[in-house]
Amino acid sequence: MPETTVETRRLTIAEALREAIAEEMRRDEDVFLLGEDVGVEGGFGGAFGVYLGLVEEFGHERIIDTPISEKAIAGAAVGAAVLGMRPVADMQYADFLFECMDELVNQAAKLRYMSGGKLSVPMVMRAPVGTTLRGAQHGQCPESYFVHVPGLKVVAPSDAYHAKGILKSAIRDDNPVLVFEHKLLYGSKGREAAGGFDLTAEVPTDDYTVPIGKAIIKRSGIDVTLVATHVSLYRALAAADQLASEGIECEVIDPLTLNPLDEQAIFGSVQKTGRLVIVHEDTLTGGWGAEVAARVADDCLAYLEAPIKRIATRDVPAPAAPVLEQAIVPQVETIVATVKEMLG
Amino acid sequence: MTPSKRAEADLPGGASAQADTAAWVEALYRGMLLIRRFEERVYRLFLEGEIPGTLHQYHGQEAVAVGVCDVLRPDDWITSTHRPHGHALAKGVSARAAMAELYGKRTGCCAGKGGSMHLGDPSVGMLPAIAIVGGGNTVVTGLGLAMKLRKSDQVAACFFGEGATNEGAFHEGLNFAAVERLPIVLVCENNLYGASTPYHRVSLVPDVAERAKAYGVPARIVDGMDVLAVRAATAEAVASARTGAGPTLIECKTYRFTGHSRSDACDYRTDDEEAEWAARDPLLVHGARLEQEAIEQLEAGVRAELDDAVEFARSSPLPEPHEALDGVYA
Repeated sequence: MPETTVETRRLTIAEALREAIAEEMRRDEDVFLLGEDVGVEGGFGGAFGVYLGLVEEFGHERIIDTPISEKAIAGAAVGAAVLGMRPVADMQYADFLFECMDELVNQAAKLRYMSGGKLSVPMVMRAPVGTTLRGAQHGQCPESYFVHVPGLKVVAPSDAYHAKGILKSAIRDDNPVLVFEHKLLYGSKGREAAGGFDLTAEVPTDDYTVPIGKAIIKRSGIDVTLVATHVSLYRALAAADQLASEGIECEVIDPLTLNPLDEQAIFGSVQKTGRLVIVHEDTLTGGWGAEVAARVADDCLAYLEAPIKRIATRDVPAPAAPVLEQAIVPQVETIVATVKEMLG
Repeated sequence: MTPSKRAEADLPGGASAQADTAAWVEALYRGMLLIRRFEERVYRLFLEGEIPGTLHQYHGQEAVAVGVCDVLRPDDWITSTHRPHGHALAKGVSARAAMAELYGKRTGCCAGKGGSMHLGDPSVGMLPAIAIVGGGNTVVTGLGLAMKLRKSDQVAACFFGEGATNEGAFHEGLNFAAVERLPIVLVCENNLYGASTPYHRVSLVPDVAERAKAYGVPARIVDGMDVLAVRAATAEAVASARTGAGPTLIECKTYRFTGHSRSDACDYRTDDEEAEWAARDPLLVHGARLEQEAIEQLEAGVRAELDDAVEFARSSPLPEPHEALDGVYA
């Protein structure tokens, strides 16, 4: 977290992301933005308003409105990155990444390796995830598909401070980095009322970065380790509050980066607590939680006092009706009950 | 004058320039001959078990790679396909580096990581070849976008087959290149078959050039068996791209003299059709512009270059197994 001597303001994640992009574009003329509806005057500033105001400062040459062509967006980012530009590509919804899997998985991730290490692909792809009553095709959390791919980095910030700092790191990184943000965390007032999250954070006015590959201990505890991202992270923190009132102390870890995973932070915590619960909004089977569980089982088996538990969205497409969506996505009560059961 | 120095110039007139022209005509022939003999040599070495993996060979289409790359500068870029040997040699990858790559040696142009289907070398302006059909058609827009944003006068050329025009990537890439007026030349090598499937079975539009019109992109159809025809169309397209006028599509009607890959006996093609195209062999077409003596000298030079390349590949070290883990991340 920022030092107390640093001047800060409270920003939403959307505002923090906007600042990160603007500052990087001022710092480095090779940085540019491309995507759908990102710079049209009178438009949306991207699907969630993150880019509002950028076209006024940087113009259409560097804020590029593309056709609805996700393959072209990703392919253009790959090609420009190969020549040393630092594109920030935008997917309006992470679900649309499946339209450009070839460009991301076969091209972005592999061109460096296929060239014998002679070139690099310094690009960023931003993509909003999360079930938000939009049904099956605008609510997926597909981070795990990309965690699986050698050559890609995957980050998943959950607050304004880390979102700004890690997006800057992603832009400066010489590898393709996918940045997944949760739609419920951008900071809309209406959603704040509905979700009850504290959606702003202190963000320094000075330039800073947050390293890729380093987890954050959000709360210290000795009884059980909770690893979670995005909305599930806030639910894990809420569960930890409830459990604390019953004398159970949870350690809550935001991995922040899903690939490369900060194993040492998680292993160290599990060695202390002996219990691990992973919570994510991606579906259960093959989700990144399985990878965390496998690595902890490999490395920390002797420390485990209970089986590792994964709490994830049920293995069904996201339904639209609010009551159905709530039934499949991890809730605070499930986390509390799971922890209590582990402690028997 | 070397072919690259002659890029985009018209054929010179006047007596003093005729010697230059003759040398340039020979250089074009040599470029194609190198590819032809390289492919023949590689096929034999593959059958003898020296070269591992698989092969998609370029015999027959040499006029396209050589005609296009003769116009390009070293700082221009190309993307290639699963059939990249000809493109690589034409853009400037050495026969040594290409051959060593096929042998899986550390001295290969991709350090043994790419192999036949990913030949390439950024230092000569060639991405590792993209072996997903249509894959280069979106990536090339990024090359063009970087050139445009940096206000350079570089150009990116994208080689692809007629089969790629049924991929979404072709359409998304072409439209984006058009609306952004990117400095790109789209070079379609229409060799009539996507693996075994004839194009007329999978497209009601027989000419790929027609498809470009739908995106407001100018297109030309050229005889892909004549290196001068390919070169002339490319020179026009490249000049247009360099001045910011946007992309052009060149459809080269051509034919592969071998199967799609090493195991393909081409039973889906007729003998008559193959004979008809063999008579239009680009080496015959362009060879008619040279003296026989010159051709024999070029043959000898190419033979020596390939002897050297094979010897280099054979004697080069294999990568150490642990090198498989290197070069994933920057």
